[in-house]
Amino acid sequence: MDKKILLKVRNLTRVFGSKKKRVVAVKNVSFDIYENEIISIVGESGSGKTTTARMMLNLLKPTEGTIEIEGEDISNFRGKKKREYWRKVQGIFQDPFASFNQFFTVRKVLDDSFKLFDVQPSKEEKDKRIRKVLEYVNMRYEEVAEKYPFELSGGQRQRIMIARIFLIEPKLLIADEPTSMIDAVLRSSILELLLSLREREKSSIVFITHDLGLAYYVSDRILIMHNGELVEQGSADDIITNPQHPYTKKLIQDVPTLHQEWAL
Amino acid sequence: MSGKKLLEVKDLYTYYQTRLGEKIKAVNGVSFELKEGEILGIAGESGCGKSTLGISISGLFPPPLKYGKGSVKLGDVELTNINHSKLRKEILGKKISFIPQSAMNALNPTLKVKRFIVDLVKEHEPNLSEDEIIKRAAERFESLSLPKRVLDAYALELSGGMKQRTIVVISTMMNPEVVIADEPTSALDVSSQKIVIKLIRQLFEEKIIKSVIFITHDLPILRHIATKIAVMYAGEFVEVGTMEQVIFDPVHPYSNALMNSIIVPEKGIKGKKLPSIPGAPPDPRLEIQGCRFADRCPLADDECRKAPIEMREAKGRLVRCIKV
Repeated sequence: MDKKILLKVRNLTRVFGSKKKRVVAVKNVSFDIYENEIISIVGESGSGKTTTARMMLNLLKPTEGTIEIEGEDISNFRGKKKREYWRKVQGIFQDPFASFNQFFTVRKVLDDSFKLFDVQPSKEEKDKRIRKVLEYVNMRYEEVAEKYPFELSGGQRQRIMIARIFLIEPKLLIADEPTSMIDAVLRSSILELLLSLREREKSSIVFITHDLGLAYYVSDRILIMHNGELVEQGSADDIITNPQHPYTKKLIQDVPTLHQEWAL
Repeated sequence: MSGKKLLEVKDLYTYYQTRLGEKIKAVNGVSFELKEGEILGIAGESGCGKSTLGISISGLFPPPLKYGKGSVKLGDVELTNINHSKLRKEILGKKISFIPQSAMNALNPTLKVKRFIVDLVKEHEPNLSEDEIIKRAAERFESLSLPKRVLDAYALELSGGMKQRTIVVISTMMNPEVVIADEPTSALDVSSQKIVIKLIRQLFEEKIIKSVIFITHDLPILRHIATKIAVMYAGEFVEVGTMEQVIFDPVHPYSNALMNSIIVPEKGIKGKKLPSIPGAPPDPRLEIQGCRFADRCPLADDECRKAPIEMREAKGRLVRCIKV
């Protein structure tokens, strides 16, 4: 199977501050994301993984380097082009409460995502689609449509965010710690929903996480970041069973598993 | 290994009193014993009452937390009705050390680390001079292979992992019998988590502390530090057994789902079907007739909803379920 590159990241660097306060958050990072692929970017706090995600979402300009979507450089996207990009690339974040405007109902949040569309569907069509995507995430339109975010639990809010993703049908979803605020027994249903995006829409997904176990569970490939640099990338199995870079080796050693002794 | 009984909690009930006059029941009839040499892990998800249990055991009932009924006995001393100044002078920090969640962010930024230690030790041993206390602290730091310079640092100069280790050392200065640690590793990177766990293990092996209650939602960590594990759901213990029993062979349907949802980077995890439990835990304001997990349980029937479910023995451990 010949895989097509969806997003091409080359020599990405991001610097915050200047002179004495200069911090290089991301250093010369390059990687590709193929169509219909799930990858994880794994790193500890301060490794630059979220900064990388924000640049991929076109929410932050790189200091150097380029990002191309299907061969087109995104740095000069304005107006309509930028909207088109967000139609193709969408994000979902750790704290689903922070992603909501607290004065908007669920219905309004979902309605607003149609603003990314070139052709506006009719009111009936919008209604029908919203009902359908809420059904995908196991929520009932009548129960949640008129609710405000503070009336929902964390898991419910995250599912609304996923419903929004199903509405937009992006080619690439960037999920930044999407389950780290969710209880373990609810996590599986959120993960299942996210992974179904690949089956249903043939999308690609990038998980940004510090949780190596989660990364291994969901991904085809894993990228390891440390101090702003990409230190290793490879298939999930290779990274976990045969890590090469000293940092990756240490990281894997430091994560407790169930069946191996944790060298304390 | 069966050491001396240090702590006994019997049928403990505590709740939060709201201004609207409602009672939020947080701990509902918890009983257990803690012996010398034991590290008891208390596992559960957000809102199950595990942190409230930790505070309640320490005997402090900061409002709006209120004592309902039951007892907490440290040796012969009953902690639920003890005079607060006596509790602070003779028990807390000396016999029981309670390390609340994110204690490491509560260190006063204008004081050096050694100040906290002097304050603590002076409270319990007023005759010791400051120099002596600092000398003792330096020895303690050295024996645990932590740098002595930390004593002269301000909290904000320390990394997260170092801050948490400092908290652990400060709170064990008086060699307490029981250490209650609430999520001591949760805000840390994996490498720092490991270092903190190592330190707790070391304190334990060097007999500086005699027992630990380790409250966390992180099951893989309990796998490597706990000797016993109690799984908590909606204010109750639903399963209490040895680490091996609870992690590798859970019996209660809830602990079973919890253990099955563990994802760690090891072979066999990829492609594993994760359990998914519908619904949410019950409203803590409500009085519940039967099993608190019944509405989400695959095994539940009418029998489960009739009367309160008692702990009973099954497969060598305690379980609160009539279906297994």
